[in-house]
Amino acid sequence: MRLLLASAALLAAGVGAVAAQDAVRTGPAAPELAEGKAVYAHWCAPCHAAEPSLPGTMSLAAKYDGSDIPAALEDRTDLSAPVIGVFVRNGVAWMPPFRPTEISDAELAQLSAYLTAPLEDRGAHTPLLADEMVQLHGGSSE
Amino acid sequence: MATPPNMSAADFADGLSAMRSAVGADWVFDQPADLNTYRDFYSVLWGEPEEKVASAAVAPANVEEVQQVVRIANERRIPIYPISTGRNLGYGGSAPVLSGSVVLDLKRMNRVIEVNEDNCSCLVEPGVSFFDMYRHLQESGSKLMMSVPDPGWGSLVGNALDSGGGYTVQGYRGHFEAVCGIEAVMADGELFRTGMGALPGSETWQQYRMGIGPCMDGLFRQSTLGVVTKMGFWMFPRPEAWLSASVSVMRYEDLEELVRIANELEYGNIFNGMPGFSSPVLTQGNPIVMAMVPDAAEMNRMVEESGIPAWSFSPNFYGPEKVIRAQWEYVQSRFAHIPGVRFAEQSFVDLPISAEDMERIHKPRFGIPSLEIFNVGSRGYGDFNPSDGHIWFSAVIPRSGKGIIDANRVMRRECERLGLDLFMFAPAVTCWTRSFVLFAAVPVYKDPARNQHLREAVREIIDICAEHGWGEYRCPPAFMDDVMGAYSFGDHKLRRVNEAIKDALDPNGILSAGRYGVWPKHLREGRGA
Repeated sequence: MRLLLASAALLAAGVGAVAAQDAVRTGPAAPELAEGKAVYAHWCAPCHAAEPSLPGTMSLAAKYDGSDIPAALEDRTDLSAPVIGVFVRNGVAWMPPFRPTEISDAELAQLSAYLTAPLEDRGAHTPLLADEMVQLHGGSSE
Repeated sequence: MATPPNMSAADFADGLSAMRSAVGADWVFDQPADLNTYRDFYSVLWGEPEEKVASAAVAPANVEEVQQVVRIANERRIPIYPISTGRNLGYGGSAPVLSGSVVLDLKRMNRVIEVNEDNCSCLVEPGVSFFDMYRHLQESGSKLMMSVPDPGWGSLVGNALDSGGGYTVQGYRGHFEAVCGIEAVMADGELFRTGMGALPGSETWQQYRMGIGPCMDGLFRQSTLGVVTKMGFWMFPRPEAWLSASVSVMRYEDLEELVRIANELEYGNIFNGMPGFSSPVLTQGNPIVMAMVPDAAEMNRMVEESGIPAWSFSPNFYGPEKVIRAQWEYVQSRFAHIPGVRFAEQSFVDLPISAEDMERIHKPRFGIPSLEIFNVGSRGYGDFNPSDGHIWFSAVIPRSGKGIIDANRVMRRECERLGLDLFMFAPAVTCWTRSFVLFAAVPVYKDPARNQHLREAVREIIDICAEHGWGEYRCPPAFMDDVMGAYSFGDHKLRRVNEAIKDALDPNGILSAGRYGVWPKHLREGRGA
């Protein structure tokens, strides 16, 4: 039974990975996801944005090495709100928990909505703040 | 529900009820799931009965609410423990030093009150993070650069209060050195301003630090004496360019001269950025871990065989290109007499930073906050056994070649003898201009047996360092009593003066009990145990 479940999980992950490659990821997120994406940008992206050298992304690449599960959280299609809540409120490895004064329960729900939405609704990958500011100033940071 | 020491559940509930009235019920946390987020995630006491945990957390939104909460605590003798953004990981995180304290979480006080472009200064609340400030500066088109630590997720105020350091320009990168003006709520609930802030109507609060009489800013560094609610900082006008270079020498014996001249150049303002000191031949295996310094003959043999320099000094320059290139030329002239010396320009960056440069720079060198350093824990710097966190061992050592070699050898030898792993070891960090600070990162696991061994080993290292005259400038809560104990001149007069001030300013002992080894009178004998 355990083997069967593991196979099912891998299959699901494989489907997610294919979807991640195929989905169009440009522009803003769907309006109802904008607040959740902003929470992600502020609290998660500095470690988990889609750049291989970032600590969260690098760590998940090691964790899921050999599987089809993507390292960048924004490409995941296998997350659920309870799972996101567990990691945000309990931390893992070097990632500490986030307090309700940092990410409120309402913001956690918005974040979960964003990270569980269909990929095509999430818009472009979230940039790091430094890169966002470079874009804001037309190619250089003020 | 946990309660503060020596307090009945009923009295504590009454106190929390009053705090709810002050800040709103949504901002008082006393349920286990919420309090779990206030634990020190890198605690060396994780999961043990002695782990330092909060009984509740209260999050005021403004100064008036802070005053109300402090008065409520003072009337009822409830211990409270202020945190700014609570990201002081490796040095205690968001947990109190005294178990059962109520954490006063200032994260919601996140206003950038002023950025003064002409004065090159700012005034901020404790909940403002470096990321918040960077966005504010960028979106407002500011021409100022702030100094950030690495990682940069913490608070400007909290980081400065714990004497954090950055990578930029001298006078700014030792973050407490750049403070100009503090507002704090004292234990009686009254509001206090340091420096020119004490003079009503003054426009110079962020210009002249001292005011009149003793300089009071130091009362709040690593202290138990007040809740800092505003802090002013001097900021650096964004330079036109940055140049990083290296001076490398090929003999063991050249280190003393290398450091001596580098110091003279820095203290004479010939270069202004944070310099680096390292040993290329001893960091071949891992750039963030210096191996044991061997004897002179062995080190010179290693250099000869590998062609890799024995020592390197990396000056950094911020300023107009013409000026910093001239400074670099002069720096080279000062080392030219050392046989075999090598000079190299490592990197040159024009500011504002282009998109291309942003991809290659070490962001904190430019006042840009980042969490990329955490990839140390994701095998970014070697495949060491991943840990559950780390603590920092940070000792102030002499700024000399001998200082580097002695500290390297003692730490390397003693850590090996004690079985203490280090995954980062840099004996000559220069965030603070006039000394070196030896930094060692010690892995922490959520395993009581391993952590018990770690605690015993670190305590021994603290004592050994003290015997050499080296003291930590900052440490995790589990070691604060030990470190303060090492500063023992005059039969521990430093601690006793701190205690006298504590008794005068906080007679009920409600604020940050035990922080950096200063306990209120009623807990002094047992030191919070």
